[in-house]
Amino acid sequence: MQPTENPSTVPHGAVPHGAVLEVREPVTLQSGETLQRSHIAYTTHGTLNAARTNAILVCHALTGDQYVTGRHPITGKAGWWETMVGPGAPLDTDTHFIICANVLGGCLGSTGPGSPHPETGEVYGLNFPLVTIADMVDMQRRLVDHLGIERLLAVVGGSMGGMQVLQWAARYPERVAAAIPIATSARHSSQNIAFHEVGRQAVMADPDWRSGRYMAEGTRPTKGLAVARMGAHITYMSDDALHRKFGRSLQDKNAISFGFDADFQIESYLRHQGMTFVDRFDANSYLYLTRAMDYFDLAADHDGKVANAFADTRTRFCVISFTSDWLFPTSESRALVHALNATTAKVSFVEVETDRGHDSFLLDEPELFAAVRAFLSSVVTLEGVSP
Amino acid sequence: MSVPLSRVDYAIIEHYVPQGARVLDVGCEDGNLLAFLEQKKAIDGRGLELSQANVNAAVARGLSVIQGDADTDLSTYPDGAFDVVILSQTLQATQAPRKVLEELLRIGKRVIVAIPNFGHWKARLHLLLRGEMPVTKSLPYSWYDTPNIHFCTLRDFVHLTEAVGATIEDSAALNAQGQRVALHAPWALWNLVGAQGIFVLRPGNGPDAQATS
Repeated sequence: MQPTENPSTVPHGAVPHGAVLEVREPVTLQSGETLQRSHIAYTTHGTLNAARTNAILVCHALTGDQYVTGRHPITGKAGWWETMVGPGAPLDTDTHFIICANVLGGCLGSTGPGSPHPETGEVYGLNFPLVTIADMVDMQRRLVDHLGIERLLAVVGGSMGGMQVLQWAARYPERVAAAIPIATSARHSSQNIAFHEVGRQAVMADPDWRSGRYMAEGTRPTKGLAVARMGAHITYMSDDALHRKFGRSLQDKNAISFGFDADFQIESYLRHQGMTFVDRFDANSYLYLTRAMDYFDLAADHDGKVANAFADTRTRFCVISFTSDWLFPTSESRALVHALNATTAKVSFVEVETDRGHDSFLLDEPELFAAVRAFLSSVVTLEGVSP
Repeated sequence: MSVPLSRVDYAIIEHYVPQGARVLDVGCEDGNLLAFLEQKKAIDGRGLELSQANVNAAVARGLSVIQGDADTDLSTYPDGAFDVVILSQTLQATQAPRKVLEELLRIGKRVIVAIPNFGHWKARLHLLLRGEMPVTKSLPYSWYDTPNIHFCTLRDFVHLTEAVGATIEDSAALNAQGQRVALHAPWALWNLVGAQGIFVLRPGNGPDAQATS
């Protein structure tokens, strides 16, 4: 695989993207627009077995990337799903071949609004076509084809990653033995679209955004993006978890300041979250990817019924939600399960009891790991997969 | 929520589940029966269970089980979706037993129902002599904290099957030790000595309904 350098996609210059697949044929998107040339950056972990039957595709969430495990080249921190993926982990790299790709529209090596237009060489910016969850999955399918994998043992992901899991199962049922959609929904809710719109407006209100042309004009809308991240971050946590973690504790002081400094620890925490986020994420990508989530509606694409998306499916599903997730509440997962029931699909549904909100899928949640581990192990047995 | 199924229950259920059948166990608890049937009959099994702890345990065993409520979630399955639907020790805990039974008969080509018998002699004696709601081995709860809100006797259940137009393909009463009460004993005796009953039903009462596998 020839690594393709594309420094403009990354805030701090060139970083290794793992491997990059260059797609030379035109890719027609759901919007009808075409990408003449595109790239998909990915990492793999573990070894593909001789029969090519032990591959698991991990789909990342809104601000995730292909560095699911191992050291992240920009942050220097561990991969975003280090607890789930690794030797002996539920997605066991000793026995499985784990693939994780940066989504289309992303900013860590895959083609997105920060990429140069292949003909003009100018950064796309807002000239980049809108992409959808289906477009992301279409690109991943090209990668899976490229890797010579006919059928994935499992497709796994949380939140926006869960949407991709559902899209995979709906679009390529014969290529997905098992689907594990976590903390997700078959459609983005009105409330979630509303939160995303607030985030996008924060980015666009930053004078340094320059109508999306900030890369060409040498500015960076860090303030707007940081505010977007702060707002979003609140939605990823539960009221209880916030209170347990921060309460009304003050930050490095004994009394309130009667001013607008970060008096409270929660304020300081959010500001930190916002500031560190802008170092690793591109503002326009944030706009495009939130939009892709907003547009996701499996029912709308299948005559108004989610069940139609999974008619006669033989994919086995393990749907997982978290009790304190109010962004993608259990009711959304339950609606999905009911739709799967209507097709008599093989479905398991686990609701994990935790007070840590939507982000629980990224955290150390033993019941989550137990469910994934057991479910996968039964799939391995049924599929007759050997390492 | 209930007494565990005895080996006799399992044997009866096993007998009526064809090899490789698609089976839904409603109120499957932690999946013991499903696991048993997967092993014995290579079923394509699904479970519905109210308790999330039980669901998680069942999924951890590799079973396809979802958290849900028999009163509300059975309507999500299509007609005739399963070869066999099993409702074990659950009917008495539902809000609307008749509706639940009708749903079972809609989604299952064959329905197996196991219920505790409120007409068991110990229960009758308890109420008669002590003037209190019965608390026995197979009915272990006090009236104020029982999940069992719709008790019936085996006799009552037979009336319900008639009301919903189901055909009883087979039935058995088990005594308190889980042993099968003599097959040809008269109903009145069953209703008295059966601690629980098992009914194998088919939807409708036409000639097709009589067919057995």
